[in-house]
Amino acid sequence: MTSLAATVQKIFDEPGCAKNGSKSEAERKNGCTKQLLPGSAAGGCAFDGAKVALQPFTDVAHLVHGPIACEGNSWDNRGAASSGSNLWRTSFTTDLSETDIVFGGEKRLCKAIKEIIDKCDPPAIFVYQTCIPAMIGDDINAVCKAASQRFAKPVIPINSPGFVGSKNLGNKLAGEALLDHVIGTQEPDYTTPCDINLIGEYNLSGELWQVKPLLDELGIRILSCISGDGKYREVASSHRARAAMLVCSKSMINVARKMEQRYGIPFFEGSFYGIQDSSESLRQLARLLVERGAPADLLGRTEAVIAREEAWVRAAIGPYKPRFEGKRALLITGGVKSWSIVAALQEAGLELVGTSVKKSTRNDKERIKELMGRDAYMIEDMTPREMYKMLKDAKADIMLSGGKSQFVALKAAMPWLDINQERCHAYMGYVGMVKLVEEIDKSLSSPMWEQLRRPAPWEALAKAMEQMPSPVAAIACDPALAETARRARKICVCNAVDLGTIEDAIYAHGLSSVAAVREHTNAVGGCCRRRIEGILVSDPSVMRQAAE
Amino acid sequence: MAIVTAPTKACAVNPLKMSQPIGGAFAFMGLRGAMPLLHGSQGCTSFGLTLFVRHFKEAVPLQTTAMSEVATVLGGYENLEQAILNIYNRTKPKIIGICSTGVTETNGDDVDAYLKLIRCKHPQLAKLPLVYVSTPDFKGAFQDGWGKAVARIVEVLVEGPGANGLPDPLKVNVLPGCHLTPGDIDELRVILEDFGLCPSFLPDVAGSLDGHIPDEFTPTTIGGIGVDEIESMGRAGWTIAIGAQMQRAAEVMQVKTGVPFRIFERLCGLCPNDEFMTFLSEISGRPIPLKYRRQRGQLADAMLDAHFHIGGRKVAIGAEPDLLFDVSGMLHDMGAQVTAAVTTTQSEVIERIKAKEVLIGDLEDLEGLAKTHNCDLLITHSHGRQAAARLKLPFYRTGFPMFDRLGAGHQLSVGYRGTRNLIFEIANLVIAHREENDQPTPDRWRTAAGLPRCSGYRSSTGAAGRSVA
Repeated sequence: MTSLAATVQKIFDEPGCAKNGSKSEAERKNGCTKQLLPGSAAGGCAFDGAKVALQPFTDVAHLVHGPIACEGNSWDNRGAASSGSNLWRTSFTTDLSETDIVFGGEKRLCKAIKEIIDKCDPPAIFVYQTCIPAMIGDDINAVCKAASQRFAKPVIPINSPGFVGSKNLGNKLAGEALLDHVIGTQEPDYTTPCDINLIGEYNLSGELWQVKPLLDELGIRILSCISGDGKYREVASSHRARAAMLVCSKSMINVARKMEQRYGIPFFEGSFYGIQDSSESLRQLARLLVERGAPADLLGRTEAVIAREEAWVRAAIGPYKPRFEGKRALLITGGVKSWSIVAALQEAGLELVGTSVKKSTRNDKERIKELMGRDAYMIEDMTPREMYKMLKDAKADIMLSGGKSQFVALKAAMPWLDINQERCHAYMGYVGMVKLVEEIDKSLSSPMWEQLRRPAPWEALAKAMEQMPSPVAAIACDPALAETARRARKICVCNAVDLGTIEDAIYAHGLSSVAAVREHTNAVGGCCRRRIEGILVSDPSVMRQAAE
Repeated sequence: MAIVTAPTKACAVNPLKMSQPIGGAFAFMGLRGAMPLLHGSQGCTSFGLTLFVRHFKEAVPLQTTAMSEVATVLGGYENLEQAILNIYNRTKPKIIGICSTGVTETNGDDVDAYLKLIRCKHPQLAKLPLVYVSTPDFKGAFQDGWGKAVARIVEVLVEGPGANGLPDPLKVNVLPGCHLTPGDIDELRVILEDFGLCPSFLPDVAGSLDGHIPDEFTPTTIGGIGVDEIESMGRAGWTIAIGAQMQRAAEVMQVKTGVPFRIFERLCGLCPNDEFMTFLSEISGRPIPLKYRRQRGQLADAMLDAHFHIGGRKVAIGAEPDLLFDVSGMLHDMGAQVTAAVTTTQSEVIERIKAKEVLIGDLEDLEGLAKTHNCDLLITHSHGRQAAARLKLPFYRTGFPMFDRLGAGHQLSVGYRGTRNLIFEIANLVIAHREENDQPTPDRWRTAAGLPRCSGYRSSTGAAGRSVA
């Protein structure tokens, strides 16, 4: 068994996960992700997962060892924010060519590491393994070890090639790499009894900073955030924290659990999405810290902050509640976000018609049931076609989802809000909740939807014609009908001769005077003389067309 | 003659290049009812999908054979078979386009043989066209994948002469390169139709990715050229290929059907369009419509107005060979100097680019060259935004991907009108940048003690600075 296979097996054996614990030995070996179905799979690969989990470390150089596809097609695509270094946004890849694949890519990797150190001198380099070097047998662990010694700098192998599994597995493999090579390798400058770790928080759109002021106010220090706005030194010394909060439970539970095991850092699963969840998380943090020796007044101060913030946020959301009355939302997202956002939306007075549970754990599902009631519509796996139909049939007024399914909603001319990683707004904490409600309102009440749902003028006319035989509508829709109507206009009222008859006669016989017209038709030519003269001088081509 | 330099670095920093398979998949997206399928691990597809979605802001059909570690070791036959059957049953496509990736090329999957086996085993697929193109990640770049895929589509789908009725001299095949946007293709369609010609675009991404709202939800492409229309391309009087990357496809077309072809390497700029119009007039037997005489005048006037701002600029461009050749040519024609040129892959047009040197490299190289040569205009795809911010240069986004601005699909650069638009956009960018960053101050021209006199603060600061540079 290779070391990678062993690591994957270890991850599948996760005592911190209730779902995993309830499985039989054999089941557990199969892992926790469903077998991918060729031809209808949509998610990212394990490399994607590892990169996503670690890329928010801002001062680290992230080097992707693989052909151009892995990094060239994917870099600079996440909205994590940094308060310091921007090195994480620079893309490094060995861009393997055919020759490298024939002769092996290890030398090139080593050279690449040296080039990065010469150019940027980062505190550490993370080297990501991808499918092809894994296939041809490039030993990145060995290269990284040699490079670490040679350059006296941490060079960390992240062994998570795409084909070993899903994005989620990649998150965990990234966590394993941190546990094996990074955490506990340095000591913090100083410690306080209120030091915490946030695990699985990526600071997308800078949303961590919506919560940080509250923590600062309470005197709680984020020793290390894994990995949003993180720095190498912080994560390397994160083993000295007093407590930890696991923010995205699905992605890095192994990190939280093993840190508890190794360093005795207690953790809890929490979320800063939604009012209740934010309050609960703050409370839990304070409780864990006090249990581990923080001053007991932290609890009281935390309650005071929570009370103040909750009052503020309820007052801010209040005005929206009547506007949201009777509005239904459909939530398509992964994992932890589903229940935390369900609660948030309900507080704003929205009714939820369904939420996806594809990536949720059993616990997540229980929470959703609790929140939404027995008949909650939990969507295991909804095809885009079903989503589209649901929106089109107006079973929902707004859809909240990730970027990939946005067009399903938008093409159905339905309001849609991005709540995944590519979004540009921050929705965390109390401030974020108000922002989310504001955005939903902006989207729901946009006058644009009304205009877009209106049928095009030709469709409207066609419909009108179907429903009631309106002569005007019919003529506007059908040029032939319009022509018949024009020709039916009476010219000689006395003998009931219409325009068509006169035009035909003029064209057929080449008539040029009123007298001639009188000869060939029944027209009297008395009171209608002027009108006939008018027809005689009008454009002959029009008349010819009419006659034909 | 430009000197072409290949990279010596082991580590590409801030890549300019995208991979071949997604270029190939992009070509299939211009076919109606198509489902492009990448034969590789699911990340290959997911990255490409995200890239297309962010560029076009459209739903994009793209599937994967989801190769696992075990499948990679044992061979990908089962995955490919399952993927095709799944797509066939779930999305009812009119065609499936299969591109290989690095993984399946490295383990040596013989996809052509797999497809034969799959067809034998599943007779229900008899009428479903399956086009396979070999596009390893570790060779070539985006535009190579596109060119190869179109050549394969022609090879597999177009029928020989006489198979589809009589030749029709007014029918014209257009093989556009991947550097043309849906907006460009629509513009070309109008131009050809104004000459009384009846164009078939292969691929036609204007039909599928122009941002229209379909009545029904479809999991495959929502427009583009139909398989039947591709089959009958042998009836056309001419094939027009746009961009050198399409040469191979045009040649395959000629060999297969006898339809003669002409390649237009550029469609941006006054002279290239004069040539294009003359050619259309010849093959259609019609005079150049009045509309285009007016548009030509407008372009000439735009060039006069804009040369004050574009002329003399030192431009740094990073793009795929054909786009680089086209845009740098137009800017050179306007009097700009193409000081830094970086491209992604080999092509026979590179040597003819109007620059001293063309580097096959990445955005780090482009940034470095732009800095050392004091360039004052940066042109590349959206990934250049960090470099532009660091260098404080006006930045024009072009090419793929363009994920941080809207309307990527409608950016126009072909024809008299498209060139006029492009010139205005670039010139306005330069003007706005100067207004924001380059207000003269009393000390601007003061000579600091011991420093050589210069006419500007730095050479990117406007006309005065450039005159000595």
